[in-house]
Amino acid sequence: MRSEMRSPLSPPQVDAASFGRALFDPQSATPDGLTGPDGQTAPKRFNVYRNNVIVSLSEALGETFPAVKTLLGDDYFKALARAFVTAHPPASPVLIWYGAEFADFLSAFPPLQSYPYLGDVARLEWAWLQAYHAADEAALDPARLGDIDPQRLGDVRFTPHPAVHVVTSRWPVWTIARANRFEPDEVGAADLSEPQSVLITRPDMDVNVFLLRAGGAGFTLDLLQGHTLADAAGRAQEEDESFSLSDCLSDCLAAGAFSGLLLDE
Amino acid sequence: MVSDTRSEPALRSGAVVPARAGAGLKADHVADILETGADIGFFEVHAENYMGAGGPPHRQLEAIRSRYPLSLHGVGLSIGGEQPLDKEHLQRLSNLNRRYEPGLFSEHLAWSSHDTTYFNDLLPVPYDEATLNRVCDHIDEVQETVGRRMLLENPSTYVAFAQSTMSELDFLSEIVRRTGCGLLLDINNVHVSCTNHERSASDYLAAFPMAAVGEIHLGGHAPDQDDAGRPLLIDAHDREVDTAVWQLYEDVIGANGPLPTLIEWDNNVPAWPVLLAEAQAADRILAQPAGARRKHAV
Repeated sequence: MRSEMRSPLSPPQVDAASFGRALFDPQSATPDGLTGPDGQTAPKRFNVYRNNVIVSLSEALGETFPAVKTLLGDDYFKALARAFVTAHPPASPVLIWYGAEFADFLSAFPPLQSYPYLGDVARLEWAWLQAYHAADEAALDPARLGDIDPQRLGDVRFTPHPAVHVVTSRWPVWTIARANRFEPDEVGAADLSEPQSVLITRPDMDVNVFLLRAGGAGFTLDLLQGHTLADAAGRAQEEDESFSLSDCLSDCLAAGAFSGLLLDE
Repeated sequence: MVSDTRSEPALRSGAVVPARAGAGLKADHVADILETGADIGFFEVHAENYMGAGGPPHRQLEAIRSRYPLSLHGVGLSIGGEQPLDKEHLQRLSNLNRRYEPGLFSEHLAWSSHDTTYFNDLLPVPYDEATLNRVCDHIDEVQETVGRRMLLENPSTYVAFAQSTMSELDFLSEIVRRTGCGLLLDINNVHVSCTNHERSASDYLAAFPMAAVGEIHLGGHAPDQDDAGRPLLIDAHDREVDTAVWQLYEDVIGANGPLPTLIEWDNNVPAWPVLLAEAQAADRILAQPAGARRKHAV
């Protein structure tokens, strides 16, 4: 652009595409035509915008993933956030929805391969945020199950509550998240050989996270996907003989995982 | 002066925002505000923070809205953008207006989205005819969709566009003339931009189309230097309002009478009493006899 002949009467035009490209490429030149009061191109002035974009989006990411930030430390997180923001800038101006790809980005980030649980910690934090902003709805009153003909209990299907999420992990994701975010003073060292899965709900204003017992994750996911109680219990039993239908169902109901139930006629 | 004659019957603008000081609402302050029943003119929220479906943000805003007048301030519509407005985002803004019936509704003279990227910053626009036409079309679309008059905020800028063919003041005045929108006069932005572009803030304010102003913003800025060592002020909203900005504010109020005035403090947010004290400082200026030529809000 700079080498082209230009009449002094037609100053260089800066469009949004070139402005935007330069924002995400710190090595690129300041677009010609953006000036200080002396009419000269002003790299340091343009860098205010570059800095605002990267820093504000990195901070938004840090607010959504505080446990990941604590695990990595501020400096590492800052560098990582810059890489993520540049590779996956938000599409929407609603930043409470920014960071959906962060967990997969962490899992695939080569320098972090020796911390394989990080992606799952991010998945848990993302699910927590979705639950926080989900639509408000009353949880299913467990007493409603008592109204069902016992012969037909197995045919019951549940409507997932708008805030419900399940995060499954091969790692002690809840112990790690508690130690680095939710209850930092109350958690000891994590046993990395212990897989953990959690149920996340928000029946009122507080987001709750529950550690699921053995067999509970698959069962809960099946119910959330609309399988009947009998189907979900049968599958869970096949997976794990110690599976307890009454315990796992009580957990789901007490946590507020469902907003309603259906019985096919 | 903040009345709204363009509203559709379907949309009521709620409690009129009085010509008093207000504060930007922060989640961490809500409990304090409600507990103490803070005596403050209004609260302003960033619309984008309330675009989730439910949860604590809406619960808090409902509690605030039931006790105080509200101003709804969008930060992400990209009115100065080259591409058409994001229809879904505009609809979300419209829905929030309907849900909370704010007394004031504002957005920025800036762009923040292009192609599929949202940059999360208020980026500058060139002041030329093509941009003017686009901005006016966008404001027409906003006012038609939302069904009410909006206020447009003057920007803080760090660079100028060589391609600009008119002044910021002419640009803003022409927008007001063509669209009938009002203006949100950010006096910190005036001080920041005028310092950065070596112009007189007093001259700028003396020529500002005050009849269109429905609200004033005050906030803190961070001092820096540009490539040539000239002062470069950054619109950081991370500290108290600067003395120079208070002085400009006093002049504006003295000359024009009281207007709803917001204290913006979005980064390094202090405890609630500190923010409230800033609002009270603005209230004292609003109550000065020199500015007592009150125009009654209708």
